[in-house]
Amino acid sequence: MKKNKQSGMTFIVKTITNLIIGFMMVFGAYIVLYGHITPGGGFPGGVMIALAYILITLAYGRKVVESMVSGIAGSIADDFGALVILILGFIGLLIGGTFLFNFLPKGTPFSLFSAGNIILYNLAITVKVGMSLYIVFLALAILQRVVTEDETQEVRK
Amino acid sequence: MTLYFLDFVLLIIGLYALVVKRHIVKKILGVAIMEYAVNLFLILLGFRKAGIAPIFTKDMDINTFIHTAVDPLPQALVLTSIVIGLGTLALMVAMAIRLYERYGTFDMEEINRLRG
Amino acid sequence: METVIILHLLLGFMIIGSIITIEIKNMLSAVIAVGAVGFIVSMAFLFLGAPDIAITQVIVEILSLIILIRATINVDNEAIEKKEEHVLSNRTTLIFVGVILVFAWFAFHSLRPFGEPLMRISNFYLIHGLAEVGATNFVTSVILDFRAYDTFGEAMVLFVSISGAFVILRRWKREQHKDFLRIDKEH
Repeated sequence: MKKNKQSGMTFIVKTITNLIIGFMMVFGAYIVLYGHITPGGGFPGGVMIALAYILITLAYGRKVVESMVSGIAGSIADDFGALVILILGFIGLLIGGTFLFNFLPKGTPFSLFSAGNIILYNLAITVKVGMSLYIVFLALAILQRVVTEDETQEVRK
Repeated sequence: MTLYFLDFVLLIIGLYALVVKRHIVKKILGVAIMEYAVNLFLILLGFRKAGIAPIFTKDMDINTFIHTAVDPLPQALVLTSIVIGLGTLALMVAMAIRLYERYGTFDMEEINRLRG
Repeated sequence: METVIILHLLLGFMIIGSIITIEIKNMLSAVIAVGAVGFIVSMAFLFLGAPDIAITQVIVEILSLIILIRATINVDNEAIEKKEEHVLSNRTTLIFVGVILVFAWFAFHSLRPFGEPLMRISNFYLIHGLAEVGATNFVTSVILDFRAYDTFGEAMVLFVSISGAFVILRRWKREQHKDFLRIDKEH
């Protein structure tokens, strides 16, 4: 009788992950988007979204999450986030005379689109920090190892 | 003043773990404790007695806010420092895993002896 | 002041937690203890009026716990305790540590008293923040408008360190090397 090897963790963990993953993503998006009104900002929001993807990886195994966001797509998104910060800085240099100048209109306080281009910076930092922490978790914990002849023979999954 | 001193004791405990212990992961934990001590010291410098957080809400007067708010500048520095600490921790753990795969042990004295 | 008494208590717990971290033999327990110290640090940040930093500290603490447990999960979990008595861990160390602590006690008396910050630059950020930036979170307006260079540098440092971790963990596929060795053995 063949043993059906299930990937990921037990049924209880998968059920709780199903219930809680939407809340984590929405809460991470709230911390990022309202970062200039309430405490938060780009950095904790990005780490929160990375933690949501790590939860899916731990609960369901590697194959499910690689069909959603593979390692290559995460690396490209990481570079894309860093590029957006650079481009916004150079646009500020062209418009205002200094690098990273705040060039969008200020708006009224307490509304979502106030404070110039702080919200664009927050979004770029979120994508960058979230994707880079997710791919470093993939590299540390999940990637397979190819054996060679002169190193220690150890296959790890 | 004793708060600064207790924070300094935390820094010395982290430094002791980094220097004396032989296991690599204990050294990494010592670095993490030193980072907590340094971040806490910066926030302690910026505290104001009976102060409020530097978040402006709708029912606040701007003048009382300026005279009772806590210093926002150390908080900006510590935000940067916490996230950079996470990046360096990931790098240190990657190096520790590579050393274990190469030499088969986590002991620094053993690794020094095996390197020749 | 009640906040000061609570901060003394929290710092006492942090010192006890860190002593447990470095002296316990099982590595998994040491990692869990440093996680507990991190959560107490986040509580202290809340009492010191820094909610932004408290959110960041809790979330970063959870991720660093995951990364640290990865380093200890597949190996034998005992710390190396035999023969740790070399020159640094006897009376000389304690004498030096005592001298450093005495000097630190006198050095901290030259700082300003606790609770009266010298806010020469921060007064400018607080007065002109709402008019020039328009954000009501003054910490965000400091890190993303007045001092955006520091945040830019931080993003680049994070990029470099994560790329470094990736390069260290790369595995090579030595197919050509194996063919070369096989040809060598045939001769």
